[in-house]
Amino acid sequence: MFTSIIGVLYDGFAYGMLLFVLSVGLSVTLGMMNFVNLAHCAFAMLGGYVTVSLINLAGWPFLATLPLAFLAAAAASVVLERALYRNLYGKSDLDQCLLTIGIVFVAVAGAAYIFGTLQQPIKVPEWLRGTWVVGNFTFGVYRAFLIVTGLVLAAVLILMLEYTRFGATVRAAVDNQRMARGLGVDVDRVFMLTFALGSGLAGLGGALAIEIVGLDHNFALTYLIYVLIVVSVGGMGSIWGSFAAATVLGISDMAGKYWVPQIGSFLIYLVMVGILMWRPLGLFGKR
Amino acid sequence: MRLFTTTILAASFATALALPAAAQEVRIGIILSYSGQFADTADQMDRAIKLFVKQNGETVAGKKLVFFRKDTGGIAPDVAKRLAQELVVRDKVDILAGFALTPNALAVGDVSAQAKKFMVVMNAATSIITTKSPYMARTSVTTPMLNQTLGSWAAKNGMKRVYTMVSDFGPGHDGEAAFHAGFKAGGGEIIGAARTPVANPDFAPFLQRAKDANPDGMYIWVPGGAMPAAVGKAIVERNIDKNKVKIMGQDELTGENAIKSMGEAAVGIVTVSNYDFNHQSAKNKAFVDSFFKEYGRNPDIFSIGGWDGMHLIYESLKKTGGDTDAQKLIDAAKGMAWESPRGPMSIDPETRDVVQTVYMRRVEKVGDRFLNVEFDKVENVKDPVKEQMKKEGKPMQ
Amino acid sequence: MNASALPGPATNLQTWIAARAKWHPAEIVFWLGCLLPLLPASLLPGFLQKYWIFDSYLQLLSQIAITALFAISLDLILGYAGVVSLGHAAFFGLGAYAAGLIAKFWFTDPLLGLACAALLSGAIGFLASFVVLRFHGLALIMITLGLGQLLAEGANSATWLTGGADGLQGIRAGKIFGTVEFDIFGQTAYIYALMVAFLLFLLSRRITNSPFGLSLQGIRDNSRRMLAIGAPNQWHLRKVFTISAAMAGIAGALLTQTTQTCSLETLTFQRSADVLVILILGGVGRLYGAIAGTIIYMIARDFFSDVNPQFWYFWIGLLLIGVVSYMPNGLLGGLNWLLLKWRRA
Repeated sequence: MFTSIIGVLYDGFAYGMLLFVLSVGLSVTLGMMNFVNLAHCAFAMLGGYVTVSLINLAGWPFLATLPLAFLAAAAASVVLERALYRNLYGKSDLDQCLLTIGIVFVAVAGAAYIFGTLQQPIKVPEWLRGTWVVGNFTFGVYRAFLIVTGLVLAAVLILMLEYTRFGATVRAAVDNQRMARGLGVDVDRVFMLTFALGSGLAGLGGALAIEIVGLDHNFALTYLIYVLIVVSVGGMGSIWGSFAAATVLGISDMAGKYWVPQIGSFLIYLVMVGILMWRPLGLFGKR
Repeated sequence: MRLFTTTILAASFATALALPAAAQEVRIGIILSYSGQFADTADQMDRAIKLFVKQNGETVAGKKLVFFRKDTGGIAPDVAKRLAQELVVRDKVDILAGFALTPNALAVGDVSAQAKKFMVVMNAATSIITTKSPYMARTSVTTPMLNQTLGSWAAKNGMKRVYTMVSDFGPGHDGEAAFHAGFKAGGGEIIGAARTPVANPDFAPFLQRAKDANPDGMYIWVPGGAMPAAVGKAIVERNIDKNKVKIMGQDELTGENAIKSMGEAAVGIVTVSNYDFNHQSAKNKAFVDSFFKEYGRNPDIFSIGGWDGMHLIYESLKKTGGDTDAQKLIDAAKGMAWESPRGPMSIDPETRDVVQTVYMRRVEKVGDRFLNVEFDKVENVKDPVKEQMKKEGKPMQ
Repeated sequence: MNASALPGPATNLQTWIAARAKWHPAEIVFWLGCLLPLLPASLLPGFLQKYWIFDSYLQLLSQIAITALFAISLDLILGYAGVVSLGHAAFFGLGAYAAGLIAKFWFTDPLLGLACAALLSGAIGFLASFVVLRFHGLALIMITLGLGQLLAEGANSATWLTGGADGLQGIRAGKIFGTVEFDIFGQTAYIYALMVAFLLFLLSRRITNSPFGLSLQGIRDNSRRMLAIGAPNQWHLRKVFTISAAMAGIAGALLTQTTQTCSLETLTFQRSADVLVILILGGVGRLYGAIAGTIIYMIARDFFSDVNPQFWYFWIGLLLIGVVSYMPNGLLGGLNWLLLKWRRA
C-alpha cells in the first residue's frame, strides 16, 4: 500500500508538471488581456513538430531541440498576435473564440498536410528512458526529468514575476489594466512579450509531451480541453494557480485510475466540477 | 395537398433513380474518415485502393471505374448514412466501399439493404456489421476472429492467470469478450479486467495495478494511433519483466510505427494479426515493394483490407460481366477464394464475411530493425461470433 | 437600435412589442424559399432542369434544418440571456437517445417520440439549470463542458442501454401520422425537419419578442439593474434554459428519427463546440444568425470536404478567420453593420 501511494504521487506529480508547462501561458494571457486563445495548443503542437523534425530529419539530440521548440512557438505566436489577434482586443470574447478556433482548424489541416496523419515516432536518449529501482520503488527517469523541468520553470516564472521590473508590469497589467496604462505601462508591449513567453512554454510542453502522450495532427484539439480545465481550476492569471491545479489534477487522475479504474474516464471532469462548485473562480482566481 | 406533392415527388425521384448511370461506367463511392482522429486509417486504405487501380487498370469487364470519395470526419453514423444516400441518389453509385469505423459501417448497411447496392467493408471489425445488409461483404477481419484465437493460444501455451486491459468502448469490449472466451475455454483464469478511458493520456496507473496483481500474462487491447507506443513505453517504465509476464495484444499494439517508437521495449510482445508487411511470401513482397515505392511507407492492416476489397470488387465485376446488380455481385462474391498478400483468403458463402489465416507473431530484433516475426498460424479462421449465431439458428441478415 | 424605436412614455408597450414582432418581407421570402428544394426538376422549364440540383440535396438540407434548430436553441440562452454553454450537445444527445430508445422499445410514432424527447431533455435541463446558472464566465463554460463530458462518458459506459460506441442499434423507422414513410431521397425527412424547425422558430421568435424575452435581454446586459427593478432573474433564466434544453432535445430526436441512427457522437464536445462556432459565425443574439450560420457552415463543409476530403478543415478555418476579421458579430452582425453604414452614407 505504502509503495503504491509513493508511486501514484510520483507519477501523478510528473503528469501534473506536464499539464503545468502546457497550460501556464494560457492562464496568464487570459488573466491579463481577457483574450480567449483557443489556439494555445496549436502552439504546443508546433513545438512538438519542431522537436520531432529536428530529431528525425536533422539528427539533433533531444535536449538541444527543446529551446528551438520554445523559440519556434514563441515566434509564431508573435506573428499571429501582430497579424490577427491585435484586431480583436477588447472585442467580444465570442469573436475571439471564433478567430482562434479558426486558427486551430488551419493548424490541424496544415499539420496533416505537411507531416501526414501518422503518429510521430520519437526516441528520447537512452539515459532518459528506463527506470531507477530503489528498494521496492520504481521511478521512471523521464518522469523525474519532467518533474525537474516543471519545478525549475515554475520557480523561474515566479521569481521573474515577483522580483523583476517586467514581472511587476505584468502583475500590474493583470490586476488592473486601465490603471497600469494610466501609469505609463506599455500594456500592449508587455502583453506581446507575455504572450510570446506563454506560447513558447506551450511549445516546450508540446515537445515534452510526445514521449508520454504522443503527437499527431489532432493534438491542438485533443489537449485543448485539458489545458482549459487546468486554467479554470487554477484560476485565470495565476502561476501558482496553474501549478496547484496541474498538481491536483495530475495526482487525482493517477490515484483514481489506480484505485478506482472503473471511473477513470470520469475523474478529471468530476474533480473539475467539484472544485469549481466549491470555488467558482478557481483555486487562486481573483475575478 | 401534401399527399399529392409527395406522390409527384416520389414519381419523379423514382424515374431519376431508374435512369442508368452512363452505361459504360461503374461508379464506386468510398466513405472513410479522411480527416480527424482516424485520418491515418483512411489514408493507408485509400493508398492501397489507388495502387490497386493503378496496377490493374481503370477498366473492368469493359467498364470504366469512377470513384467518389466522401469524408465522415470521424465517428458519425448520421453523416455516413447521409453521404451514402447522396452517393446513391445524386452520384448514382453502384458500389459502396471503404468503412473504417463500425458505427459508420452499420449505418450505411441500411442504405445498402434499402437501395440494393453492393457494399464492401474494408476495415470495420465488429462481427454484426455484415448482418445489416444481404449485399455486404467484408475483406478485413473481425475482432473476435483474432482475439479468441489469441485467447486459446494463451491457454494452450501454459498461461494460467491473465490480467486484461482494454480501451473502454465497443471494439475494446469485443476484444475483451473474445479473449476471455478463448482463454477460459482453454482452462485459464482471468484475474483482473481493467478498462481504460478511450482518451487516455497515461497508462502508468493501469499497468501498475495490473503488475501488482502478479499475473503470468497481460492482454492489452488499444486502438491504433498514439496509444500502442504509450503502452509500450509505460511497460518499460513500470519495469514489467516480459520474461515473467507475457504481453499479448491485437495487431495494432505492435504496428510498424508503434514498434518504431517503442524500440527495444517492444521485443517479446506477442500479437495476433491477419496481416503484416513482414509476412514472408513472394506475393506480399511485390505488394510491399510497390506500395513503398509509391508512398514511401509500408502497408498495414488497413491497406490490406482496401487492397483485397478492390480485388473482390474487380473479380466480382468480371464474373458478372460488368453487371452491377447487387444480387448478382454478392452472389459472385460469395465463396470467392484467392491468394492475397496476407495469404489464402475467401468470402464465406453463408455469412459473406472473410475467412483467412490468423498469424501469431512476436516482436524480434532483425538486423537493426524491430519486426513482427510470425511463429505460428491458424488456417481458415471464421468469425466465431457468427459461427455461434449459426449454431443458435439466428438469421444472417 | 436608434432612440426613436424605444418605447417613450407616450407609446404603449404592447404596440411597441407588436411593431418589433412584425414580419419583414425578407423573412417571408426566406421561409417560402425553404420550400423550393421540394420542387422536382421535371416541373421546371427545360433549360433550368439541368441546373436544378436541390432535389438531390434533401438529406443535407434536412440535417441543416436540424442543426439550425439546435443553433437556435443555443441562441436562446447565449444570445438572448448571455449564458454561454460548451455542453449543449448533452441535451441534443438526450433527445436523440430518448427518441431512439422509444422507437426501439415502445412505439414508432415520430411526433409522440419528439414530445417525449422534449419532455425528457427539458426536465433534465430544468434540473441542470439549478447547478449551471450559479456560474459566470469561464467557470460557466467549464461547468457546462464538464457536465456534458460526464454525460457522454456515462453513455459510453452504459453499453446495455445506449449500445456504446457502436451506436444504438435496432431503431425502428416510424411513419408520420401513421402514413408517411421516411424515404431514401430525404423528402419526408426534409419536410418533417423543416416543419418542426419552423414551428419552433415561431415559438422562439414569439419568446424573444415578448416581455419575457425583453427581460432576458435585460439580464444579459445588466443583471443587477434588472434585479433592482424587481425582475426574478433566476426564474427567468431557468425558464429559458429549460425551453432551450427541450428544443435541443427535439433537434436531437429529429436527427435520430430522420436517419434511424443514434450514436455517442450526438453527445460529444465536438458537437457542442460546432454549434457554438456556427452560432458565432452567423451572429449571436439574432435567430436568423443561427440559421445563416448553419447554412453557411454546413454547405461550406459539404463543399470543401467534397473537393478535398483530407484537408477541408483548412478552408473552414480560413472562412472563420475571414468572417471574424471583416465582420464583427458574425455574418448577420456584419451585414447589419454594412447596411447601417450604407443607409447613413
